[in-house]
Parts: sequence; C-alpha cells; structure tokens
Amino acid sequence: MDILISGLLLGGTYALIAMGLTLQYGVARIMNLANGEVLVMGALASFLVYTSLAVSPLVTVLVIAPLAFALSWLVYRVLLLPLVRRAKNQGQLEVDSILATFGMGFFLVGVMVFIYPELFAYSYLAVPVDLAGTTVAANRLVAFAGAVVIGLALYVWLNRSRAGMAVRAVAVSPLAAGLVGINVERISALAFAIGGMITAMGGVLISTFITLDPSFGVIFTMKALIIVIMGGVGDIRGAIVAALILGIVETAVATLIDPGLTLAAAYTIFLLVLLFRPEGLFGRRPA
Amino acid sequence: MTAIALRPLLVSGSLLVLAAFVPVIADGYWLSIAVTVLMYAALSTSWALFSGPTHYIALSTGAFFGVGGYLVGLGMSDYDQSFWAMAALAPFVATALAALIGWATLRLSGVYFVIFTLGLAEMIRNLISWVQNNFLGSRGLYVLTDLDERHIYWMLLAITAAVFCFGWWLGRSRLGFALRILGNDEEVARHVGINTARTKIVMFMTTGFVAALVGAVVAPRYYYIEPNVVFSPELSFIVVIMALLGGTRRLYGPLLGVIPFTLLWEVISVSFPNATTMVLGLTFLLIVYGIPNGITGLLSGLAAWRRA
Repeated sequence: MDILISGLLLGGTYALIAMGLTLQYGVARIMNLANGEVLVMGALASFLVYTSLAVSPLVTVLVIAPLAFALSWLVYRVLLLPLVRRAKNQGQLEVDSILATFGMGFFLVGVMVFIYPELFAYSYLAVPVDLAGTTVAANRLVAFAGAVVIGLALYVWLNRSRAGMAVRAVAVSPLAAGLVGINVERISALAFAIGGMITAMGGVLISTFITLDPSFGVIFTMKALIIVIMGGVGDIRGAIVAALILGIVETAVATLIDPGLTLAAAYTIFLLVLLFRPEGLFGRRPA
Repeated sequence: MTAIALRPLLVSGSLLVLAAFVPVIADGYWLSIAVTVLMYAALSTSWALFSGPTHYIALSTGAFFGVGGYLVGLGMSDYDQSFWAMAALAPFVATALAALIGWATLRLSGVYFVIFTLGLAEMIRNLISWVQNNFLGSRGLYVLTDLDERHIYWMLLAITAAVFCFGWWLGRSRLGFALRILGNDEEVARHVGINTARTKIVMFMTTGFVAALVGAVVAPRYYYIEPNVVFSPELSFIVVIMALLGGTRRLYGPLLGVIPFTLLWEVISVSFPNATTMVLGLTFLLIVYGIPNGITGLLSGLAAWRRA
C-alpha cells in the first residue's frame, strides 16, 4: 500500500513531464530532447523566487506558465519551423530536431550553470500527511493534485474545444489536417508551446520536494521519452497511464530491492515494451 | 590499379608514416593532445561509418568505451589478468552487447534507438556501481602497466588506421552498398531484398567493437578506474559533434572535425571549465543551422561554386 501510494504520487508528476513531451512529439513532430532542461528551468526559477522573495511556488507557477508558453512558442517559430520547412521527410526532421534540441538543452544547462552552479532545494510544505495509513509529505500531494488539475484541463481542452480538435487532427495526420483547412504550422506551434508550458509547470511542482542540479534535465528527458513511447506517441491517456506505471514500478524497485536500480528498472520496462508492443499501450499498429 | 585510386592511398600512407613519428618530436603536453586526437579519430570515424549513411544517431559510444575501460580495470585488479588479455576480450563483450541493443531497437524507428542509447552509459554505470557496492565491495580498480603515452599513441594509431581500412573496404563492399541504399530509403532497401535490420545491427556492432577497444587501450592512461570515470556520457556527445562537424559523407570527414574540436575543447576546459556544456550546445546548433553537411560538405560546396 505504501508503495502504491508513493508510486502513484511519483507517477503523477512524471505524467506532467510526459504530457508536455507527447504534445510536442505527437503533434508538432519535434522530438524535444531539451524537455528535461525546460523542467529544471522551471524548478530553478521557482527556487530562486522562493529563496529571494519568499513567494509560494503555487503563485510562481502562475507566472511561469505563460512565460514558458511564450518562450516555447518563440523557440518553435524562430528555431524549429525552419527545420520543419527544410526537412524533405519525417526522418530528416527527426534527425535535425534531435540535434537542434540537444544543442538547446546543452545551451540551457550552460545558462543555468552560469546562474546557479550547485544543487538546489528548498523546504516547502514538507509536513507529513496521513493518507490511508501511509504517511506522505504534503508537497508531494500538492504536486500530484496540480498534475491532476493540469491533466484534466488538458484533456477537456483537447476533447471539447475547436482548437483541441484541430490539435488532435494534426496529431493523426498533418497532411489531412492541412487539406481540411487547419493551419498546421499554427497548431504545431500551439501544441509545442503548451507542451513547454506543462513541462515548466511540472518543474515548479517537482522542485518543492526534489533536490535538483542544472545537469539533471537529461534524466527527466529520458523518463519522459520512455513514458511517451510506452503510452503510445501523441496519446495523452497513454502518457498518464504509462507515467503511473513507471512511478509505481520505480517506487517498488527502490523500496523492495535497491534505490540504485530504479534506472535499470525503467530501462527494463522500456525494453519489454519495445519487444512486445512497440506501438505503445494505447497506440495503433501502423497499417 | 589506376593512378586515381593510387593517389589517396599514397597520401594516406605517407600521412600514417608521418603520424607514427609524432611521439618522437612531441613532448608531454602535445603528445597527450595527439593521443586524444587519435582516440576521437577512431571513435568518430567508426561512429560515422554507421550513423553517417543510416542517420541513426548512436549515443552509446560512452557506454562501449566504458565497458572496454572497465573490463580492463576489473580483469587486471581483481582477476590478475594481463592488460593484453583483457584488451582483447573487452571488444567482444561490447560487440555482444551491441548486438543485443541493436536487435531490440534497430528493427524499429530511429527515435527508439536514439532514446535507448541516450541513457545507456548512465544505466550501465548505475548497474556496475550497484553490483560493486553490494557484492564486490566499493572501490576503484587499478590499471598499472608499463605502457607509457607513446605506446598508447601507437596502439591508437594502429586502431585508427584499421578503422580507415575498414571504411575503405566498406565503401567497395556489398555491405557498404546495402548500407547506402538503406540510408537513402529504408523502404526501397527492403524491397530490393536487403536485410535492413541485419545490416544495421552488424554496423552497430562494429562501432561497439571499436569503441570498447579504444576504451581498453586508453585505460592505462587513467591508472585508477571506477565506473564514474570511464562511463562519461559527455564522450558520446563529443564523438557525435566531431563527426558531424567534419562531415560524415567522406571517410576522412570526421578527422576534420576531430582536430579543431579537440583543440577547442582543450582550451575551453582549461580556461572556462563552466562553459563546456554551453560550447557543446552551440556547436550542435551551429551544425544543424549552419553546416548541415559538415566541413567536408562546406569544402565540396565551395569547390563546386569555384568551378561554376
């Protein structure tokens, strides 16, 4: 029971990161390997604001969100759109976007090292809460609640609004979406920006209970990628379910066997998915 | 053999002879840079042989390099094996590992492969640290040989030359032909009866072999090895940058990236150690936006423009 609850709480925060990435890769077709760095940026901003101005991360997140949205949108417009236009096929875009976002990721790490080169952590809502017999820290609960709210909002927006429908259409087929009058470039930019926004918000929430360092981004990127592939590319439901599974498995391995083996556990799941269900849990097999 | 085919052979042959004399004239500092250059030359060139035509970005160089170095350390420290036995064994272990990874990931789309190799060095490092902490007692391994930097240099030179010979052969072989068709269009390659998965896996295995061999040969440079030293994720990225900077379309392309980047890296890590990641990032961006075909692509573009 302990494992299940802590695992679910961890999985909830993973879901945030993975939702951002699945929008960026599934809709905008950009394999964003700087995703983890965006998360750490959000966390760092939250840390700096909290330690210097004593502003609650729950307030910071409201400022970070539009900021991250705007910056991600700019990055897509200025840096990534030329690559999309230049690419002759999907493979070319994949290679270019991987290299470009690696570059951006390293650049962001460089910037963060310049700003704050050490580990950072702060204490926010670190009070124990009793939850069905398990003691958990309140900050983890808050982060999980935040993940649920953001996930629900995203789900409703995708399924109930016109723009959400356009986003889903582009995810299925950019070509067909263009034929029915959807501005694919604009929708892609929108999806990329929302993805960046969700990731940065995830960073703010995570910073309340995890110690981070400017170079930790790549670990989050990897986990997000594993989740996205596991859930089926471009599928929000899949991302959430896969994130919860990963959270539970990691917690189980860490508590039952050894904390040093969590990465190996994540890799094992990834390998099993690749071998038995490469299209992901919710993905469709390509016809 | 015609004169045209003979010329590059003569040029590379005399370059090789010249390179063999470097330890005679170079002193400690420059020799150590020359060793680094050769290490990256072998790694980048073998990386480009696989990733150049296939466009599969392998980020596993650091993992295989680490396997090579770590096995040498483990064998010498814990099992009293000679350096030579371990250096001979390590590449085969890495090749088997590459076969396994390639089999699981290379049959699928390119993204799976990139992601899997991205964290591979990190995962192997975690696993080894875990095994060491729990079963072997946590401590590092000593690599004490009577090899000095000159010997390492010559061994690396031989490996680099072998990689170039392999690349030269590949350009003329059925395997290389299959690889080029596959790189242009995987669908087409499958339709003309090329076993695309096998071709990719075989090539990936050769890069694993070379990286582990280089890791094993370079191990005496460290004297003391622990997982955190040899499994550096940075190495994988540097190798990719160097190959792409030089250009992967020609066999000597990566070499043109290795030399300037090694010197640049040397200057930056000495003078501005905090700026290394940023330089890595900016170089990635420069390659994608400025010189997508690398220095060799730039040069051949320039030559075509002058002729026109």
